[in-house]
Parts: sequence; structure tokens; C-alpha cells
Amino acid sequence: MASPVVVIGVGNALRADDAAGLEIVRRLRAGPGVDVLEQSGEATALLDALRGRAAALIVDAAAGTDPGRLHRLDAAAGPLPQGMFGVSTHGFGVAEGIELARALGALPPVCVVYAVEGERFETGAPISEAVARTLPLAAESITKDIATCMKRT
Amino acid sequence: MTRKTIKVDYLARVEGEGALHVSLRDGAVRDVELRIFEPPRFFEAFLRGRAYAEAPDITARICGICPVAYQMSAVHAMEDALGVAVDAPLRALRRLLYCGEWIESHGLHIYMLHAPDFLGYESAIAMAREHQAEVERGLRLKKAGNEIVQLVGGREIHPINVRVGGFYRTPTRRELAPLAEKLKWARDAALETVRWVAGFEFPDCERDYEFVALRHPDEYPFNEGRVVSSKGLDIGAREYDERFEERHVAHSTALHSVIRGRGAYLVGPLARYSLNFDRLSPLAQEAARAAGLGPVCANPYRSIVVRAVETLYACDEALRLIEGYEEPARPAVPLEPRAGSGYACTEAPRGLLYHRYTIDAEGTITDAKIVPPTSQNQPSIEDDLRAFLPEWLSMDDEALRWRCEQTIRNYDPCISCSCHFLRLEVERG
Repeated sequence: MASPVVVIGVGNALRADDAAGLEIVRRLRAGPGVDVLEQSGEATALLDALRGRAAALIVDAAAGTDPGRLHRLDAAAGPLPQGMFGVSTHGFGVAEGIELARALGALPPVCVVYAVEGERFETGAPISEAVARTLPLAAESITKDIATCMKRT
Repeated sequence: MTRKTIKVDYLARVEGEGALHVSLRDGAVRDVELRIFEPPRFFEAFLRGRAYAEAPDITARICGICPVAYQMSAVHAMEDALGVAVDAPLRALRRLLYCGEWIESHGLHIYMLHAPDFLGYESAIAMAREHQAEVERGLRLKKAGNEIVQLVGGREIHPINVRVGGFYRTPTRRELAPLAEKLKWARDAALETVRWVAGFEFPDCERDYEFVALRHPDEYPFNEGRVVSSKGLDIGAREYDERFEERHVAHSTALHSVIRGRGAYLVGPLARYSLNFDRLSPLAQEAARAAGLGPVCANPYRSIVVRAVETLYACDEALRLIEGYEEPARPAVPLEPRAGSGYACTEAPRGLLYHRYTIDAEGTITDAKIVPPTSQNQPSIEDDLRAFLPEWLSMDDEALRWRCEQTIRNYDPCISCSCHFLRLEVERG
């Protein structure tokens, strides 16, 4: 049985700042009522993880011009900004997974996307310093959001 | 003289990055270029200097949709070099793993990528708002495939349980039993899928392709068989390089493959089906006939129906394999490195996938060659457009662009694999 709250780190551990989502959720602990998952960003897998939840917190790296900047986006309110998130297999990534969930009535009533602007995404490179500095701050912010979600559920 | 260019700068619903450029002059097609600009990934060079046992795990990273195909061609080629054959239950388990990948890959393409073309939606998301039940069915069907890969391959994407000589761990009969229950549902869903897509409207377009696929004495091909064609080719994987040639073209970072002395050919579902209809299970054959397909299908737009038939077959075959599964006495056969070259072709969801390796006496890879299905199909994709475009010139640009993209998506191209995406430019003149 799926827990009411899910935190999903999305990324590719081998592509520099694209690992940010994974690194952030690794700093969080699953607990009663909270699942913590790591995913590659494939839309249908994301959709499956969103089904039946009261709240979903998704953490991903994003394209941008201010490396390390953390965005908190309310995906339940409407589609994510275009071009911010990378696409996965067949152009079917996080933004598409969320929209597919919305079209199928499977989007949790609370759905927040944390996006960390990345500096570099090349294969084999480590996480940039700017993004590394954001990791603990993002984890802290998500921990607070998890607590708020748990009070509601 | 009038000129016109049609451009698709970024082709959607395909894997990888590419564009299409079509140039028309005085109502005639002058030029068609499928431009693949995804950077080449040099996997063959990465493999040199690595141990033979690493090939299945390294090559699985070429593709997130068809890693099993890469693993299968890699292990079979290595086993060919080492002169070993795996035990029958291990071979059956490899077929089961391949069924999982076909169900997953075909399910994604039929429902998420290709069906919107036929139903007039820009995307699967737009389609999902009005065809919720169908999309849910497609997603659940795809998931059944994922679950096979998860159980037999160790995880859903880039499986880790495959090794040269067999597996690291083999499942018990008891572990496979719950999968069978899901696959019974999936088989019914696949049959519904065949009926659903058979009701789409298809442009009346056929081409005289040279179909190329594996053919096995009594199985619909996954891992094993001769490389045969509809125009008389009948060779072993060892002869592949003698008969097929890869050419560099300036507009693509993926090499184009041709049959020496003849030119373009077709791999993938249409080719497999047309060369192996008699090897499908009775249920799949019956569904194909009821869907209006003959034993040969040369209309690339009907590839969606053929994919659905193959999905049905894969569910049927997976159930047969699970029912007949005997737990292997050992997870892998013992191997001793020796110097030599090995060759293998297996049937990836998108078609024939060729691997060739040379290893030294310690088992270090000294040479590797990988020919993915999409690079083999590139010349045929361009030829389809050259052949069909003259009939479509009265269409407005938007309709024409849509039709061109649909024509490319018939192939479910995996551009990341081939060079490992797409933009359309049409120049009307």
C-alpha cells in the first residue's frame, strides 16, 4: 500500500548536476506515511509513483542561468514552465508525467516540484559547487514541507 | 520555378534528437534528409580495453528502452567468441526477458507515441483527456512488460542480472507465478489493443521493401536464427559484415546501413512479421487476420497494428515460457576466456541489432562493432518520404509536416541508439 506522502528524487547520477534530485532525497528519511523514491525521470514511472497519494514532492534539476537557485513550484495549480525540465525517453519526462497524471485524474491534490538550477550536465562530471551548496538547504526545506503534508493527511 | 522547404526542427515523440529537411521544386521532391545531430557516443571505443564480461552492462547503457536487446546481442556474441552455448532453461529465460522488453517498448510506442498521430492529437497527454480508458490500458500493459524485466533482469531499466553465460540469479517457479496472473490480463489487453488500432485509418501506401529479420526453424525470433531477407538473403551473423555496409552521410551523426550491391532495407516489426508470420502463435495469427493483415504487411502505417500483434505474441509466449519453466540447475554456464571473434544478431523491438567483438586470450575486448536498428532503417525512412510525398503535396504545410512526422514515427526510431531526434524542414520550390 502506497504511503499518503511521496518524495521523488529525479535524476541521473552520472550526469553532474542532473544528480541533484537524487542527492537531495538521499538526505531525507522515509518514515511512517512517507515514501522516498529515486527515479530516472521517465513519465510513466513517475505517473505510477503519483497514483493514490495525498501529496507528492518531486525534486529535480532544471535548466537555468543561476546555478544552485532553488525553485518551489506548485504543480497542482497548473503545468510547469516549459523548457525548464529535461526530457527523458522519447521526450517524455517529469513535466509530461505530471500532465499525464493530471489528464488521467491521478495527480495528488498537493504536488510540489522543487527544481534546482544546474550549471553542468555532462556525463561523468561531479556536481558543481553552486548546486552542492544548495543540497542541504533543499533537503531542509523539503523536510518542513513533509511535516506540513503529514499534518494534513 | 517554385521552391518550397518544409522544416521540422525538432521531431517530437521519438527518442533522441533529429530534424527533417524536405526540399520541393516544381511540385517534385528534390531532397529528403533525416538529419540526426545527436552527438555520437563512442560506445564501441569505450568497450575496447574492457573485460568481455563487462559488455552486457556497458552496452545496456546505450538505451533506456531497449537495454535487454543490447545485453542479448552482447552475451550471444561473446558466447560465440568463447565457443559456449547456454543450457535450455537459461535460453528460455532469455526469451522471457526479451518478451518483457517488447511488451514495454511496443506498449509505449503504440499508446504514448504513435496512436496520437492516428487520432489527431498533438500528444498522448491531449489524447489521455479524451481516451482515458485506452491510455490506462496501455500504461498497465507496458507495466506488465516492465515487471518481467524487473523480475528476470533485476531492475526495470538497465537490467543488471544478465551475464555472459547466463544470469547472476535465476527466478524460482514460485516467483514467476504472480507474473503469469498479470500476463493473462496483459494478453487480453494486447488483444484489445490489436482490435483498437486496427480500427484506425491508414494511408494507402505500400512499398517494395527488402525485409530483413532473423528466422528460426520454429520460433518467432528473439535471440536466435539466420539473418534472412524477402529478396533471398540467408546468412549467419558471422557473414553480416560481408553483406551489409555502414556508410557515413554528411547530414547524420548515425551511420546509414545498406545491403552491399542493393541498398536500403527494412528491419523491425514489419520485416519480422512478414518473414515470420508462420512462426506466430495461433492466437497472434488469428488476431492479425481479424485485424485485416495478410501474412505480409508492406504498409508502414500499419506497423502500429503489427506492433500490437507482436505485443500479443510476446504476452502469449511469456505465458508459455512461464508455464514450461524449469528452474535452471545453475544460473550460468562456466566460461574460460580465449582469443577470438564473436558475432550475434538479436531482434530488438525496433529490429535487428548486430554486435561483433574481438577479444584476446585474457578476455579483453580489442574490437567492437554495434549496428542498431535505427541506423539500418534511416535510408528506408528517407525512401518512404521520397516515395509518398508526391501524393501529399496538395496538403497545407501543417498537415504535410504532421504526415512527415507520422511517417518517421512509423519506425519508432531510437535516434539516441542510432548515433546513438528530429527537426522537419520542407523547402517547396
